[in-house]
Amino acid sequence: MNLVVCVKRVPDTAESEVHIDASGKDIDKSRLSFGINECDNYAVEEAIQIKERLGGTVTVISLGPKENDEVIRMALAKGGDEAIRLEDEAFDGGDGFAVAKALAAAIKGLEFDIVFTGALADDDGYAVVPAALGELLGVPHATYVKKVEILEDGKRAKVGRELEGGLLEFLEIELPCVLGIQTGINEPRYASFKGIKQAAKKEIAIKSAADLGLDPSEVGESGSWAVLEKFTPPVVGEMAEILEGDPEETAAKLAAILKEKGLV
Amino acid sequence: MTVGLFFTEEHEMLRKSIREFAEKELAPHAEEWEEQGGFPDWVFTRMGELGYLGLHYPEEYGGGGGDYFCNIVLAEELARSGSGSVNMAVAVQVGMATPPILAFGTEEQKQKYLVPAIKGEKIACLGITEPNAGSDVASIQTYAEKVPGGWKVNGNKIFITNGARAHFMTLLARTEKTKGYKGMSVFLVDTDTPGFVVNRKLDKVGMRASDTAEIFFEDMFIPEDALLGEEGRGFYNIMWELQGERLIGAAAAIGGARLTLESVIEYTKERVQFGKPICKNQAIAHRIADLATKIEAAQSLVYICAWKFDHGEYPVKEISMAKLMAAQVAFEVADEALQFMGGYGYMMEYPVQRAWRDARLGRIGGGTDEIMREIIATTMGLYA
Repeated sequence: MNLVVCVKRVPDTAESEVHIDASGKDIDKSRLSFGINECDNYAVEEAIQIKERLGGTVTVISLGPKENDEVIRMALAKGGDEAIRLEDEAFDGGDGFAVAKALAAAIKGLEFDIVFTGALADDDGYAVVPAALGELLGVPHATYVKKVEILEDGKRAKVGRELEGGLLEFLEIELPCVLGIQTGINEPRYASFKGIKQAAKKEIAIKSAADLGLDPSEVGESGSWAVLEKFTPPVVGEMAEILEGDPEETAAKLAAILKEKGLV
Repeated sequence: MTVGLFFTEEHEMLRKSIREFAEKELAPHAEEWEEQGGFPDWVFTRMGELGYLGLHYPEEYGGGGGDYFCNIVLAEELARSGSGSVNMAVAVQVGMATPPILAFGTEEQKQKYLVPAIKGEKIACLGITEPNAGSDVASIQTYAEKVPGGWKVNGNKIFITNGARAHFMTLLARTEKTKGYKGMSVFLVDTDTPGFVVNRKLDKVGMRASDTAEIFFEDMFIPEDALLGEEGRGFYNIMWELQGERLIGAAAAIGGARLTLESVIEYTKERVQFGKPICKNQAIAHRIADLATKIEAAQSLVYICAWKFDHGEYPVKEISMAKLMAAQVAFEVADEALQFMGGYGYMMEYPVQRAWRDARLGRIGGGTDEIMREIIATTMGLYA
């Protein structure tokens, strides 16, 4: 199996305070730590587990600056074989569709059976890349994938998609395909020291838009369908009514409101 | 972090992996292990699988072939488990009980003890301290009498980390009835040898998830090939590694201090008194600034000593300074953190009390503050 896994480096905002920066189009990242996007970490593990079961190679791809090498190398340390990083100013400011175009251009030059991505990114949460990538590559795709079983002929896979309430929807999908991986599909491993040492010696191929045969107008902000306008903090208070008084009074007021609105 | 100065990209990846491991697989159990007074053996085997127990050992014995800084990273990041006990047990395994095997062992001894220790399949302990020979190692009395085919050992050891469950002990005993530094030898002893008696597991103030034992040797017969290194050179063969180990202990203490400070900073941001978070009081903020400064200073000293040590220097004075400072800073941070939390800090339900109890050992174990000062004063020529 030739497996490709796309990874994104994102700020860890889960346990930090987030502030909008002066541009209004981004958050202040100066005090945040960065790491691999959570879903992508599971995607890496899934690709490596399939390789370990069935043989083949895992190619890691990431779009972004040199700092992304840390997440690429960690994926290599866990068992990835080759790596490509897409770096070009022309890629800046791209939406999920523009990112998918760059990734698709890089993947088209490879032989692949399955392309893995995370189901969605922790930072922008668009969840666009897996579907857009599938369409651009002209192959089937499925996302929120929580189970992957390669069928015996090696040409199809049984894929479980996570629906609301934890239900799994099973599909049979033809390879090659793109799978957007959901967290919890497996248990991501820790890199062993041996793996880390091997990863340090591996080369990461750097590709620009021109290397991929892309015109700068096709990618980045100019190649996007959606352009980020601004961030705003949620507006607080307009729809909220704070009930005052002792518990008996507030309970009575609350009951009255619920009744009036027909909610009970 | 400090890539380029002391640490390479490999070190930083290792740091990330160990941190993730410590935070996900160890930290959730820290309290439970504390209550049980021990942590399970799988911690050793799991760490062995990941290669974390042999980072600096040669690849031919299953090690990682890394440098000294790998073990600094290990000590700093294992501290993220929140359990000083686990970090201490691992330090004994990796940095105290096994280095003499690599340095002085025969090939058979390396295969029998070092290889499984690196895999985490055999747990090691180090038997130096005795009731009447703590800082004063030259006073040990455990005696190995030469008998046909081997030695017969009598005596006892105390405060032995991993002692209650180790598979083998790197034992320092007297092989001549002399006094002082000469006439001691090191042995590798299987703990299931008849006459090796774990008298009791000791009840400690802190580091409670680490088993610490008092051990008796009662006419314990050990064969010829139990001798590690040259007969009579035991003291020197054991003491040379203490400097490196003190630095690892210092790194662990600072790792713990960082974790404690980070958590208490979060607390002071959230805890509101008199209408504002308590960190906005200069009385607290300036003390946090001081503590952060001290951590940084102690860490820099540890790194510089580690660099010298890794480059073949033997800066005993500076290492003693680093150990002294790190242990004191770590305890001060824990003590201040407990203070910032007021009544809650004094409650058993918050982890700061554990950090406080654990950190207290740093000023005693691996050479007391007083011994560190004595070494510093001596090397400064004050007693000359």
